[in-house]
Amino acid sequence: MGAAAPRRRGRVKPPVPRWQRRSPVHPGAWWLWSLSLGVAASRTTNPLLLALLVTVTAYVVAACRPRSAPWSRSYTAFAKLALAVLLLRLAFTVVLGSPVPGAHTLVTLPEVPLPHWAQGIRLGGRVTAEALVFALYDGLRIATLLICVGAANALASPARLLKSLPGALYELGVAAVVALTFAPHLVADVQRLRAARRLRGRPDSGVRGLLQVGLPVLEGALERSVALAAAMDARGYGRSADVPDRVRRTTAALTLGGLLGVCAGTYGLLAAEGGGYGLPVLLAGVAAALAGLRLGGRRSPRTRYRPDPWDARAWLVSGAGAAVAALLTLASVRDPGALSPGVVPLVAPALPLWPAAAVLLALLPALVLPGAPSEKEPS
Amino acid sequence: MIRFEDVSVTYDGAARPAVQGVDFEVPEGELVLLAGPSGTGKSTVLNAVSGLVPHFTGGTLRGRVTVAGRDTRTHRPRELADVVGTVGQDPLAHFVTDTVEDELAYGMESLGIAPAVMRRRVEETLDLLGLAELRDRAIATLSGGQRQRVAIGSVLTPHPAVLVLDEPTSALDPAAAEEVLAVLQRLVHDLGTTVLLAEHRLERVVQYADRVVLLPGDGAAPVCGTPAEVMAVSPVCPPVVELGRLAGWSPLPMTVRDARRRAVASGLRDRLSGRAPAPRSVADPGAALAEVRSLAVRRDRVDALRGVDLAVAPGETVALMGRNGAGKSTLLSALVGLVAPDSGTVRVGGAVPHRTRPRDLVRLVGLVPQEPRDLLYADTVGAECAAADRDAGAAPGTCRRLVSGLLPGVADDSHPRDLSEGQRLALALAVVLAARPPLLLLDEPTRGLDYAAKARLVGVLRGLAADGHAIVLATHDVELAAELAHRVVLLAEGEVIADGPTDDIVVSSPSFAPQVTKILAPERWLTVAQVRKALT
Repeated sequence: MGAAAPRRRGRVKPPVPRWQRRSPVHPGAWWLWSLSLGVAASRTTNPLLLALLVTVTAYVVAACRPRSAPWSRSYTAFAKLALAVLLLRLAFTVVLGSPVPGAHTLVTLPEVPLPHWAQGIRLGGRVTAEALVFALYDGLRIATLLICVGAANALASPARLLKSLPGALYELGVAAVVALTFAPHLVADVQRLRAARRLRGRPDSGVRGLLQVGLPVLEGALERSVALAAAMDARGYGRSADVPDRVRRTTAALTLGGLLGVCAGTYGLLAAEGGGYGLPVLLAGVAAALAGLRLGGRRSPRTRYRPDPWDARAWLVSGAGAAVAALLTLASVRDPGALSPGVVPLVAPALPLWPAAAVLLALLPALVLPGAPSEKEPS
Repeated sequence: MIRFEDVSVTYDGAARPAVQGVDFEVPEGELVLLAGPSGTGKSTVLNAVSGLVPHFTGGTLRGRVTVAGRDTRTHRPRELADVVGTVGQDPLAHFVTDTVEDELAYGMESLGIAPAVMRRRVEETLDLLGLAELRDRAIATLSGGQRQRVAIGSVLTPHPAVLVLDEPTSALDPAAAEEVLAVLQRLVHDLGTTVLLAEHRLERVVQYADRVVLLPGDGAAPVCGTPAEVMAVSPVCPPVVELGRLAGWSPLPMTVRDARRRAVASGLRDRLSGRAPAPRSVADPGAALAEVRSLAVRRDRVDALRGVDLAVAPGETVALMGRNGAGKSTLLSALVGLVAPDSGTVRVGGAVPHRTRPRDLVRLVGLVPQEPRDLLYADTVGAECAAADRDAGAAPGTCRRLVSGLLPGVADDSHPRDLSEGQRLALALAVVLAARPPLLLLDEPTRGLDYAAKARLVGVLRGLAADGHAIVLATHDVELAAELAHRVVLLAEGEVIADGPTDDIVVSSPSFAPQVTKILAPERWLTVAQVRKALT
């Protein structure tokens, strides 16, 4: 792509055409982009728009994800999960029926009579085209949301996102990162121990086999965590700097006061009699809590190795996502008919022109940021 | 730099102290080797330096340990992190992050080192340890030697004055071990780092040590001194020292080069000339018990094995050798039916392993895996034996008799987890042997074993081979292969690159030759035992 030059401008080293592990864009930007697309998806049930959203995420993921990173395959996993959710939603509609009235009966299943206390639940019965289409639209929306989360996972490692947490929350972030790396170890342990069962001449498949390796797997996990805790302790994890009592007290006051402010402000916003004070109190609470977090960071002397800078490209990525979300929210208010096509009576959904154009804005990152060159051909 | 003053450590609930009377000093810039049989408290001494004993493990520490002037009683491990770098036995348990570069930076981040300094030190360390090519790699994809180097690098970046290593080369192939030791050597010489390390494989490290601290066990106080002094009285010693003792050389040689000169000067080589033992061979090689023909196995889109041919006859002992990741374990797994061949055939006693029911297969072939603990489920030795008899369909008491033979003095009610590495290996071996498989496979059996446990294992395996068992062992331990194997099969990148009598293969390979062979080359001597027999 022609836009490769600006990306490399700040680099001291000559660009070697190899895969850069440092995702050049702040991981938070990708997460904002993906979550904004999720918000956009939640505003519409138009299958054409949703399909367009999924296509856009797929294109951007294919163009921008770092290919050999272990987390970059999660998009496919989430796509499969989304498909499963969609099918489940349809299956529920067929079996349990749907409150959507419909005239076009596709098939009538035998209805199971239920006792009176289960009134309101139906098993079997008429399956109408309207109900199925409604379920399809609804399921498609949930599936799109899931795919957006998958895109976020594939584009930026969740572990790197956690590294951007403020210093006071650092320990929380490390705990999450360790938990994330633990899961693959557990899977490997289960496989190894099931193989060992075969060596003892016991069947290695079946539920019993899985249950019997449970205890050794847990034991192994426990031992590993103790070893890791020892290693982390010996490497300086949890060292704290001395801070004056005054700072510590201010931190506590700010954090507690801030959280109280957030609670009161939210109540004010939601309650009828809250009136005008809700928003200012909420904002003040958020500000106080953030200041508390920042001050609390002083207790931990740690520094950051090569933090991801929030630069122009990060603004572009998150801005593109935010624009899509804002425009679709606006469209859902101004033209609700086009974004949620009617089901009763059945009409063919049409592609509304300018919301569709708005969705295409999300492609901007893929056009501006060149894809990372891959070490090998993607699978 | 490190000072132990009359230290004894007693763990909670233990009747006797794990170590006592430890009193020595490690001067700055020295490489000190901690030697001794297993279970004599080497790890305890190492962890006392980093402060993990007693702060993390519990127990009572009497006496005083000071590191760079800091008393470990008043400084917790995290407060010693800037002067002591610790790498435990299993580097995988040491990693906090998932990529090499982040791992190198992690320790510095915790210590709050300025970003510009961190960046420079990461680059320096990448170059120093030869990791520059691997900086972006996920740690899970590295080989054993690379992991060990990353683990060392990760504690090196905060520039500690002291480096503490627990068995850094035990799990590595000879070449990777050389790689790690070369790095340590460089740290000691160029940076003046003080290194304290424990290692069972003395033949690999004793030549690099400035001083040796020997923990003889049984409550005896440690012996400190130069390698030659300590090796003269040590119950554990490498073949080069054993040969020196046999020939009555004083001072004892520590390196192969020393020993070779002495062998020439003292006339040992002339006395042995022309008396090299005949190559080991199986008395009556019958029909092949296991046969592998042009086997190929793919794992994760990588060819783990390609066109492998192998035949094993009853009574024969075959050593599979090669780098970490060369396909040794995969070949053993294929023989025991854990992996299905992608092409080619595997036959064991006429059966196709991966299509045979586990119950029937255990009577044909048994594998002792790299981690013998994987085979053990029960919470007492007695229950484990009873279960093994049931699994194998053997008469009750079969397994227990085998355990008593291999491991005299292990009570029925002891927990398998409380056994030492060597005892656990013997128990797993007994469990596998309960089904009397004619083909026995062992994966890396000497990892974590001291010389005494190894000698017992060699005796047991020799007996089994004499009874007609075929044995295939995958190992990095060249001395073990020299003691036991009739044949050595070298694997590289999933292919067999050499297959022949042990003498032929090890003599011609610099990295797989045992020490005695290197000393007495060009004649074909493999072990000290052979030399002893020829001299008497």
